[in-house]
Amino acid sequence: MSVLIGHYNYWIVIFLMMAGLYVVIAQGNLVKKIVGLNIFQASVFILFISMGKIGGDTAPIIKQGVSLYSNPLPQVLILTAIVVGVATTALALALVVRINEAYRSVEEDEIHEQDQSF
Amino acid sequence: MRPPIQPHNLVLRIAAKMLIPPILMFALYVQFHGETGPGGGFQAGVIFASAFVLYALVFGVGLARAVATERLLRVLASLGMLLYITVGMASLFSGANFLDYDVLAQERMEGQHLGIFLTELSIGITVAAVMMMIFFSFAERGVRP
Amino acid sequence: MLAVIRLRNLFAVVMLFGIYSFLAAALFVTLNAVDVAFTEAAVGAGIATFLMLSTLALTVRREKLRRKRSVIPLLVVTSIGATLVYGTFDMPYFSDPSAPLHSHVARHYIESSTAEVGVPNLVTAVLTSYRGYDTLGELTVIFTAGIGVLALLGYRKRGGKR
Repeated sequence: MSVLIGHYNYWIVIFLMMAGLYVVIAQGNLVKKIVGLNIFQASVFILFISMGKIGGDTAPIIKQGVSLYSNPLPQVLILTAIVVGVATTALALALVVRINEAYRSVEEDEIHEQDQSF
Repeated sequence: MRPPIQPHNLVLRIAAKMLIPPILMFALYVQFHGETGPGGGFQAGVIFASAFVLYALVFGVGLARAVATERLLRVLASLGMLLYITVGMASLFSGANFLDYDVLAQERMEGQHLGIFLTELSIGITVAAVMMMIFFSFAERGVRP
Repeated sequence: MLAVIRLRNLFAVVMLFGIYSFLAAALFVTLNAVDVAFTEAAVGAGIATFLMLSTLALTVRREKLRRKRSVIPLLVVTSIGATLVYGTFDMPYFSDPSAPLHSHVARHYIESSTAEVGVPNLVTAVLTSYRGYDTLGELTVIFTAGIGVLALLGYRKRGGKR
């Protein structure tokens, strides 16, 4: 039973990750795929931050009288990751806009038919 | 072209006019207080860009473009990157490793503070300029020629 | 989350994603990661949602109905999820102070940061002073993404493309 209580944060995150991954794989609309990718990214961030928390700690800003701080390393990593994620999302959405202008559609099947590159 | 002042637009315009200066001040506050509280370069840059986005949404992209021209944004983004690398090079020319802030001033703590201040500033400038550049690219795409 | 999969109105999907980002930011605050919460709220619920809405304004509003439904993606996703759950049984418990994550480098940063850097905000100290080179790389990524968007969308459409 303690296994369940100790690990529930991982399982919630895995559920969210799989939902995002399903949207990327199974949906045909390009914009929805990018939304699914962002959901995937956000759930990975939750995983890392939840791993960095220690019981009974405070935010990692040094103050008088506080002895236990949250681990700053995962937070630094995730800060970088969030900003890089939005940069890639911006570039991906710019590509979607151009694809729409060239093929007049954002559905995956219709673009494949028009391309006939097989 | 200035969009006409219509009755249903009025509340939005007044609210935006009251909100945008505090947002800009908050962005500056977050930028310079990144050392003692949460904040820093990235957050400040994003908040600064969102103030401009709010202005463009309410008052029209043309007016917002008159302030943040294409050339200005490109120059600002490149300036931020250049500033960061210059700080690193200054450490290199003073005999220490790249981006080692200890040698930037007489005392070690002073050097660290100066280095962190300059790098956060450069991050804030570049992030704000790039976010505004991306927004204006998306917004002007929909304008019929 | 399941609503995102089923909905076909893309505007609603983007709004739900904005709510999800905001909830993630609130979760970060309760997990004592204030800098990350700030950035996620500003970037995820602000910039990302706004970019998706711009894309929707430039493309389509609804999703087309798919003609065939296959069960393979569901199987793939379920098997990956099951493997991951199997892998988490060895991981340290949630908020365990003796996890190996908190023992080595992080302890050194927390203990010697006041003497070496002198900045109260630990995240800023690590981000700009101890790991300043990574932040330079991150700045380059943002700059490159800006240039990329400018190259893709920056010029007015030549007449006759619409």
